[in-house]
Amino acid sequence: MPDEPLFEKSFNISGGDFVNAGEVASKVKKILQDLGVSNKVIRRATIAIYEAEMNVVWYARQGTLTLSVTPELLHIKVTDEGNGIEDIELAMREGYSTASEEIREKGFGAGMGLPNIKKNSDEFYIASVVGQGTVLDITILRQ
Amino acid sequence: MTLQEIKEILSAQVIVAPRDFQMNIKMACGCDLMSDVLAFTKEESLLLTGLTNLQVIRTAEMANVKALVFVRGKEPDRETIALAMAKNMPILLTDLPMYEACGRLYRHGLPGCSETEEGSCS
Repeated sequence: MPDEPLFEKSFNISGGDFVNAGEVASKVKKILQDLGVSNKVIRRATIAIYEAEMNVVWYARQGTLTLSVTPELLHIKVTDEGNGIEDIELAMREGYSTASEEIREKGFGAGMGLPNIKKNSDEFYIASVVGQGTVLDITILRQ
Repeated sequence: MTLQEIKEILSAQVIVAPRDFQMNIKMACGCDLMSDVLAFTKEESLLLTGLTNLQVIRTAEMANVKALVFVRGKEPDRETIALAMAKNMPILLTDLPMYEACGRLYRHGLPGCSETEEGSCS
C-alpha cells in the first residue's frame, strides 16, 4: 500500500497556552527531520502547522493535531473545540481578521493565517460549525 | 555579509551568541508582523524586528530564519532568551530604530528577500 503511513502521531494543543504555543510545530519539525523529509517540504509543513496551532491557542478551548507521513505525502489534521468560524469564505481572505488586541501585540492577527496555511498545502480542506469547532485537513506532497 | 559585520554595522550587542560569528547572511527582512514573516520571508534570512516575545523565536524557527536583530534597544525577557538558546537562534540587539537598522545594512550591500534568487519562498 503506497499510502500506508510510515509514521503517525497525535498531539494535544491547549487553548490559551501562549507560553507553549508553537511547541507542537517544533516537535513535528524535529520528527520530519529525523524521517529524512526534504527541507523545502519541512518548511511548508511547519509553517502551516504553526499557523494552525496558533489558531487553536487563540480561538479554541483545545485541539488535536494528527500527523501522518507516507513515502508520498504528509497529512495533517487539526480538529478543535472552540468558537468555530462564522464565514469561512471571509476568513480565507487575506487581511480579514477577528483577532483581539492581545493577539495583534504578539505579531499575529493580520488575517494571513488561513491563507498562509492554504498556500503551503497541496490540498487544503476546512470545515467549521459555529459554537462547536473547526477541522483543517492539510496534505503536502513530498515531491 | 557575516554576522560579525552586521554586529559592527549596527553597533549591536550580542544577546544570544551564534556558533560562528563568521556565519554568512545573504539577505534580510524587517518585519513586526510574524504572519508576514511566515508568508514572505525566504529561509536563511536575517530578521530585524521590534517584537521580542516568545512567538518571534518560534516564528524564526519555523521559517528557518538564520539570526535575529532586535531593534530600538528593546531587550527580550528571560524566557525568550532561554528559548532562543535552546533553538540555537542567535540574537543581536541594536539601539537603532527599524528604518535606520535596515537602511544601514542595505547601504552596506545586504539585499532584501525579494531581491535574492536563492532560498525557497513559501
